Amino acid sequence: MVLTGAEIVIRCLQEEKVEYVFGYPGGAVLHIYDALFQQDMVRHVLVRHEQAAVHAADGFARSTDKVGVALVTSGPGATNAVTGIATAYCDSIPLVVISGQVPVAAIGQDAFQEVDTVGITRPCVKHNFLVRDASEIAATIKKAFHLARTGRPGPVLVDIPKDITAQKTEFEYPKEISMRSYNPVVKGHQGQIKKAVQVLLEAKRPMIYAGGGVVLSDSAEQLTRLTRLLGYPITTTLMGLGGYPASDRQYLGMPGMHGTYEANMSMHYSDALLAVGARFDDRVIGDPANFAEEPRKIIHIDIDPSSISKRVRVDLPIVGNVKDVLDEMIRQLESGEARPNPEALAAWWKQIEEWRSRNCMVYKNSDDIIKPQFVVQKLWEVTGGDAIVSSDVGQHQMWAAQYYRFDKPRRWLNSGGLGTMGVGMPYAMGAQLAHPGKPVACVTGEASIQMNIQELSTCKQFRLPIKICNLNNRYLGMVRQWQELFHGGRYSESYMDSLPDFAKLAESYGHVGIRIDKPADVEGALREAFTTHKDELVFLDFIVDQTENVYPMVQGGKGLTQMILSAEDL
Amino acid sequence: MRHVISLLIENESGALSRVSGLFSARGYNIESLTVAPTEDASMSRMTIVTTGSDEIIEQITKQLNKLVDVLKVVDISEAAHIERELMLIKLRATGKDREEMKRMVDIFRARIIDVADASYVVELTGKQSKLDAFVAAIDPALILETVRSGICGIGRGERVLKL
Repeated sequence: MVLTGAEIVIRCLQEEKVEYVFGYPGGAVLHIYDALFQQDMVRHVLVRHEQAAVHAADGFARSTDKVGVALVTSGPGATNAVTGIATAYCDSIPLVVISGQVPVAAIGQDAFQEVDTVGITRPCVKHNFLVRDASEIAATIKKAFHLARTGRPGPVLVDIPKDITAQKTEFEYPKEISMRSYNPVVKGHQGQIKKAVQVLLEAKRPMIYAGGGVVLSDSAEQLTRLTRLLGYPITTTLMGLGGYPASDRQYLGMPGMHGTYEANMSMHYSDALLAVGARFDDRVIGDPANFAEEPRKIIHIDIDPSSISKRVRVDLPIVGNVKDVLDEMIRQLESGEARPNPEALAAWWKQIEEWRSRNCMVYKNSDDIIKPQFVVQKLWEVTGGDAIVSSDVGQHQMWAAQYYRFDKPRRWLNSGGLGTMGVGMPYAMGAQLAHPGKPVACVTGEASIQMNIQELSTCKQFRLPIKICNLNNRYLGMVRQWQELFHGGRYSESYMDSLPDFAKLAESYGHVGIRIDKPADVEGALREAFTTHKDELVFLDFIVDQTENVYPMVQGGKGLTQMILSAEDL
Repeated sequence: MRHVISLLIENESGALSRVSGLFSARGYNIESLTVAPTEDASMSRMTIVTTGSDEIIEQITKQLNKLVDVLKVVDISEAAHIERELMLIKLRATGKDREEMKRMVDIFRARIIDVADASYVVELTGKQSKLDAFVAAIDPALILETVRSGICGIGRGERVLKL
């Protein structure tokens, strides 16, 4: 069948069973938009800014196990997409981003809306392609989807010059694709797994530390089984929340900079640490030298060999897909006789319960002023812990992570690696489209939300009933917190004046806006949003305590044991 | 520690910048980098001379392997190997310097490949240290221009870097 390049692009997306493309038209992609117009299998979501297109595709991918797809034009369309691409790259989210490019003959001529998209995105994609002939489109898009979803997932960009999309050629979508230079490992090394099981069984102070890899590989079930089989304590990182049920007794909360006391102490004083799809990030282990002071055997399961022994020396590396490796560990444990040493484990749990009894997540509630933590707790109650929750970046992100207790994976969407403000609403949009009818909340702040506030318009057009919980403290809260603690209380440019009336702003877009400034009204407003206005977008503007800080805290560059549990510790 | 890393990479546009971009983005050193297609024109072979601790070299190798276009990566300096570099050097050669230059070229087993009224172009191949020694042996005032290829490396004996 002879088709134009543009028609081929759309046919490829159909073949990949893409439900939604998030995008924004422009000169270089006009042919593609024309082809999109003439079919109805692939639906297009018109955002109001290309950054949001990529974030929404990313949110769609995070909340499902599918590849997110975005479509942008050349030049500014592509540069606006870069933040979205880099955000997905840092969190290993599978995306295919298609960008228009000026015609082949115009490349390098400083043409209108020309930029070296492949060059600009190179450091923040898993791979990228510049298509030079229509006959290459089908195989390139097939490769892009293959690369995005296999191995360590990530964003892949396909840059297509405009003339190529008008060029006609024979179309056939390849069924299989093989790349001689790309063969990611799946199954872990049997011998290594056997040794790992042995180390775990011999441990006196074992600890399981799981990250985003558990969520990405859909192995929460395996992780839960293994953890229960062993009876060991477990912590999940910011990216791994929901990878193990937060309501379970063996769960110690999140580790790291704003993690729990019990999780950090158990990480630090463990004698065997099983790291599963996590990368010993600086926000998780703090200072690597301090972390290395306590001797412990580290087992590290990761699909990406370059994540192993990058920040801490690993004793037992297992390169492979988390799911396959955990399955094999469970199999070996269940078929063997050996079990953990009950006395040692009981003593270890006694110590952990002592740490846990410090109750580090307690905050002082108030009857007069809304505490941000209280809003998240109420959100959890009102939604029965069953909502998909996106967040932006800053204090509210940490409070959402700490107080919304995720029992299931793919319910928590946030920018963990890059820390991109402005992801919250687009993430919620992508998730809501992927899960129509399911409650989706966006926990945000008045600063972050304004970074992509224009998407209120997209939400109206596509009737996305997300619930925005704005923890409005009139400050760049996390910046203010650091300035208070480390810069002598000099609040340089962290106060935001001249804020809009968010409730009215939401109403002007045709949504429901509610302003809440009393603690007693928090629960009622949330219930109203999730019941009365179930099918509408509700912007809940919570006027919260301006001076509240996120605790516990490990200061940047310090060790996990050097924690500030509350303001009294300062 | 100095390491010589050899790799095979798909011979595609942008492949070189993926490698050089990786080094600059992650703050790794590149002492020299050479690249050219192999006997199979669909692949290029690259030789990178770099320095770093064992941990850094391990990361460099892993990060290179992670690049989708990269087919194979070997640290050839881990075992017996041969390194060669090519230098072309233009020397001022007038009067009795002409004879002196000629003698120097013979001693270093170099070759004069261009003769002009007042200059020679000398070709010299060898280990980096040999090239350095030649440059050091020449009066700096007489060196008009030098160009060096960066080193190429290959393992000795049975060690083969092939698909």
